[in-house]
Amino acid sequence: MSFEIPIGPQHPIHVEPLMLKLKVEGELIVDVDIDVSYIHRGIEKALELRSYPQGLFLAERICGICNCAHSLCYCLNIEQLLGKEAPPRAKYLRVIVEELSRVHSHLLWLGHYFHTLGFETLFMYFWRDRERVMDMLELMTGNRVTTSYNVIGGVRRDITPEIDSKLRRMIEHLRERMKYYEAAIRSEPSLLGRLQGVGLLKPEDAIRLGTVGPHLRASGVKHDVRLDDPYSGHEEIPFNVITYDTCDCYGRVMVRIGEVFESLDMIAYALDHLPSGEYRLKMPPFFKAPVGESLSRVEAPRGELIHYSISDGGTNPFRYRVRTPTLANLASVAAMLKSRGDYEVYIADVPAILGGIDPCICCTARVIITDEGKKTRRITTLTELERYARERGVRM
Amino acid sequence: MKAPGYIFAEALRNLIKKRATVLYPYREVEKIHLPDGFRGKIEFDRPKCIGCQMCFRVCPAKAIEIIEDERGKRPIFLIYRCIYCGQCAEVCPTKAITLGKVFENVALRKEELEVR
Repeated sequence: MSFEIPIGPQHPIHVEPLMLKLKVEGELIVDVDIDVSYIHRGIEKALELRSYPQGLFLAERICGICNCAHSLCYCLNIEQLLGKEAPPRAKYLRVIVEELSRVHSHLLWLGHYFHTLGFETLFMYFWRDRERVMDMLELMTGNRVTTSYNVIGGVRRDITPEIDSKLRRMIEHLRERMKYYEAAIRSEPSLLGRLQGVGLLKPEDAIRLGTVGPHLRASGVKHDVRLDDPYSGHEEIPFNVITYDTCDCYGRVMVRIGEVFESLDMIAYALDHLPSGEYRLKMPPFFKAPVGESLSRVEAPRGELIHYSISDGGTNPFRYRVRTPTLANLASVAAMLKSRGDYEVYIADVPAILGGIDPCICCTARVIITDEGKKTRRITTLTELERYARERGVRM
Repeated sequence: MKAPGYIFAEALRNLIKKRATVLYPYREVEKIHLPDGFRGKIEFDRPKCIGCQMCFRVCPAKAIEIIEDERGKRPIFLIYRCIYCGQCAEVCPTKAITLGKVFENVALRKEELEVR
């Protein structure tokens, strides 16, 4: 006897609308259906209607928390299209702000994750320390969340000695705090009970399902765009790729804590070895890009982020495509939520497993065709949609 | 493995620490420290404006409209559409536009959110 339990579209464990249809037998989950298309914002289409410098600010707003990664990816994409490269000082400054935003994103996730698990004390502590990072972002870029720091051809502001010394103090403070949190999580039996052995994802499954980011590294696979395809001076800045071989939610927490340490080290190294010179190329406020296509990859806090653009020689992109890390990770959630053999998933594990991928649904919507008259909904594949578009003579 | 309650000592220590939050809208507003480069509400210096309309052309949010007054063409800034990206301030040839430190933009009428 099996039941279907809906979790969502609005539910206390979700930050954003997401529908999980769980098929349960008793307490065990045997099947799951995920529907992400509750937020469709039409950003890709809107990017085609804006000039390249204007599109940057829209691309930045795809996601609030990884705005730095999105704006960096957009800038790299357009710079590649134009055949230009940011000056070395700009690359290092980009790394500093990118890693700051990674620290802030990971601390936010850690706090929120323990909040969903019911450990409010750590939630408060993590978010208190996150404020220090946010203050530094505000000091460097002019805003707490939407930084608008990267521009095509460099960065907007240079670093001052005052910011430099404040950053170093913040790094010292945060290192001490993170050491304490790591010890606290390792020694807290109530947390370990909720994390260890929950949401198992074997390395071969993780690769097969196209998982990216800290989620993949927690399954013991060494994959990081910063290492595989250095995009902003990462070949000069030393860092370790943190992996964990427990393949469960505990590993996901530990990978992110380890990455916070690595990011802090990277910021300190970049501050010490900051090249002198220009931090921004002179770019006109309006320009045309040559005909061509370009693809850029960035390691966002949640995983590999891909931007792809086609230019037809005009002032706007002909087509712009964004692949966000959450979309890549959602397939593995469906796999992790299914009980098989001696691997059992209970309804109480859903927040831990779903939270483990750091879901950010608003960047993820897919195409669903809804027929109002027949009251049917079906999800289409890309090939189907292309055929449909060709038949109707619509440009995709 | 240690006994539960590793965090308890830290929790006790926090009891005697100062409060981390600010009682923002009612008291302690002066404790909110905004850095110098903060991007807040636009401030416009009319005498410096030469009416080149560059701000209007670069604005990604269409938050700038051009009108004519007795001294020629000039922009009005619609703060309810502004995304605080700072493109207009960057492109302005005479630095007539700056982004100030006002961040509380709530009003009952639309006109209050227009910078003229």
